[in-house]
Amino acid sequence: MVAITSWGRLDYWDHDVVALTDRCQVVNKVQNCQSGIAYGMGRSYGDVCLNPDGVLWTTANLDRFISFDESTGLLECEAGVLLRDIQQLAVPRGWILPVTPGTQLITVGGAVANDVHGKNHHVVGSFGDHVQRLMLTRTDGTIIECGPDVFPEWFSATVGGLGLTGVITQVSIQLRRVAGPWLNTETVPYANLDEFFHLADESEASWEHTVSWIDCLSGGKGRGLFMRGNSADVGPRPEPNNRKLTMPFVPPISLVNKLTLPPFNMAYYNLKKWQAGKDTVHYEPFFYPLDNLQEWNRMYGPKGFFQYQSVVPREVGKDAVQEMLNQIASSGDGSFLAVLKTFGDRQPLGMMSFPQPGVTLALDFPNKGARTHKLFERMDDIVREADGRIYPAKDARMPRELFEAGYPRLNEFLQYRDPGISSSMSRRLIGN
Amino acid sequence: MFENKKRIVIIGATSAIAEHCARLWVKNTDVDLTLVVRDKAKTERVAADLQVRSPQSVIRILEADFIAPTAIRQLVDGIVAEGAVHTVLIAHGSLPDQTDCQQDLTVCHEALIVNGVSPVEFAEAFAGHMQKSNHGTLVIIGSVAGDRGRKSNYVYGAAKGLVTRYTQGLQHRLANTGVKVVLVKPGPTDTPMTADIKQQGGRLASVDEVAEIIVKGADKGLAVVYAPGKWAVIMMVIRHLPQFIFNKLEI
Repeated sequence: MVAITSWGRLDYWDHDVVALTDRCQVVNKVQNCQSGIAYGMGRSYGDVCLNPDGVLWTTANLDRFISFDESTGLLECEAGVLLRDIQQLAVPRGWILPVTPGTQLITVGGAVANDVHGKNHHVVGSFGDHVQRLMLTRTDGTIIECGPDVFPEWFSATVGGLGLTGVITQVSIQLRRVAGPWLNTETVPYANLDEFFHLADESEASWEHTVSWIDCLSGGKGRGLFMRGNSADVGPRPEPNNRKLTMPFVPPISLVNKLTLPPFNMAYYNLKKWQAGKDTVHYEPFFYPLDNLQEWNRMYGPKGFFQYQSVVPREVGKDAVQEMLNQIASSGDGSFLAVLKTFGDRQPLGMMSFPQPGVTLALDFPNKGARTHKLFERMDDIVREADGRIYPAKDARMPRELFEAGYPRLNEFLQYRDPGISSSMSRRLIGN
Repeated sequence: MFENKKRIVIIGATSAIAEHCARLWVKNTDVDLTLVVRDKAKTERVAADLQVRSPQSVIRILEADFIAPTAIRQLVDGIVAEGAVHTVLIAHGSLPDQTDCQQDLTVCHEALIVNGVSPVEFAEAFAGHMQKSNHGTLVIIGSVAGDRGRKSNYVYGAAKGLVTRYTQGLQHRLANTGVKVVLVKPGPTDTPMTADIKQQGGRLASVDEVAEIIVKGADKGLAVVYAPGKWAVIMMVIRHLPQFIFNKLEI
């Protein structure tokens, strides 16, 4: 047994680790095995990738490319390949991942299973929208090859399917043409949510990437920094210095706390407001600002942290976000990492995909036990009333009824579940 | 075909460490890579991956007998006949269960052959050619387990100790030539070979990190490379522990 955690570091649990190393042998490893769940980089925050006292099928060694057609941009690889490896391979050849979340240190399999999204959702949708084919190995020994036009129902169940429909072993992704690794960016400070929504609407037509940092302590005001970017053809330039720092140890208490957060947020907002404007930035710092600070999750101390990410429909978006910010401000908790972003007006491909039209707010919270859970319950009420939903990839605690309300296609999805697969999350939210 | 590209031969190319070294080599420059393996089918996937990473590289697979000395000689002569080799990495091996080795002499025998005798014979077959051309780097993967026999894996350790002593001699022989001989001693590394150690909760170095150290060490032509470097210190302590203390340790 090996003690394993996920990105939130809420605790360590013993797992029976079975490494998948050869894509042709996966079927032998998962068949006649006690129930397990695939585990990639463990970068989801909560329990979607965990199975305490059970089996984890680790995919880190399923990290081979299978083919790449430089004329069409179609890339085929094993499920444990990291998004970083794809970017490093493809960008110099004029292709880029169409969708990438805020870290590139995740596996392709995890990106599919959580149907991750990026800053350009309004233009290109989520990760699953670019998957052409995937191979699913079921614990009964069957192997299903599916895609948008082959067994589309299996595909729709597996994209965003939280790893519960089978073990994803191979994925084909359609990459996007890109002129180079650079983006023209603009940072615009906003003083309140009205300004945010105005900026978001105004930017949708002409900017591919939009995202904003919100000062979660600004309460009613909702001030922040709106960042937008477009890939740019600026010719060769010196690549940024990629020096990596590592958070060297777990501090005894969270470094994000009532004493550190207000001055930090104030300083960050004002500094960036001062520096706001246009710039040309490499894709790595733009997409992955935290990847150079390895193990940054340790800064929340030994008790770990939660992330709370919800999406609420646009019509009630402003009121709901405002109310959530009020609740956070009055609790005094919250953190530096707070992101507010609008999703595009498109229906998700996956039955259980998170992105839906509306506005999404993501916040980290150091784990302070009951007090943090109390705050989440108040946030849940707001999400529930707004007909919103919570992102399972980030979640470790949402109540089952909120999950059921947020994901109306759950029953349809359950027909495609693999009975030999179970995770801590599936037991918590589905019951087995 | 071989004029412009650095020619690299990897013996045991499906080992995780070897595969990651190959990824670094093809990343740095286009190479002419020969993957010598026992099982061709399994290696096709490795070769396809390397080809995607470096479309301009030449990647070939050779299936070989790793045990018969005459087959090894023939194989190596054939490889060298096609052109001078810049770097050879001898990376094959398998970690036996120590208890099995104690109970079953056949297992013990195989472990000694696969991890000790076979790598030495490959090295010896290449060494003559390299000495003649006065050029090339021969990288042999040993192990920290070869530094001092321990009850938990001394059969594997003995085989790797054979590799260590052999390499010392070869380095001595080739000291005044243009040939570099590099002995790599990885600590426990997170590979399929060590899955059981991991399952028991052992801490393992990442294979990326180990491969990077090996490739750098090969470039510099260092005599001995511990990967990661901390093992040089740890093994120095272990080698020098007096017997009466050493015998009390559960290692």
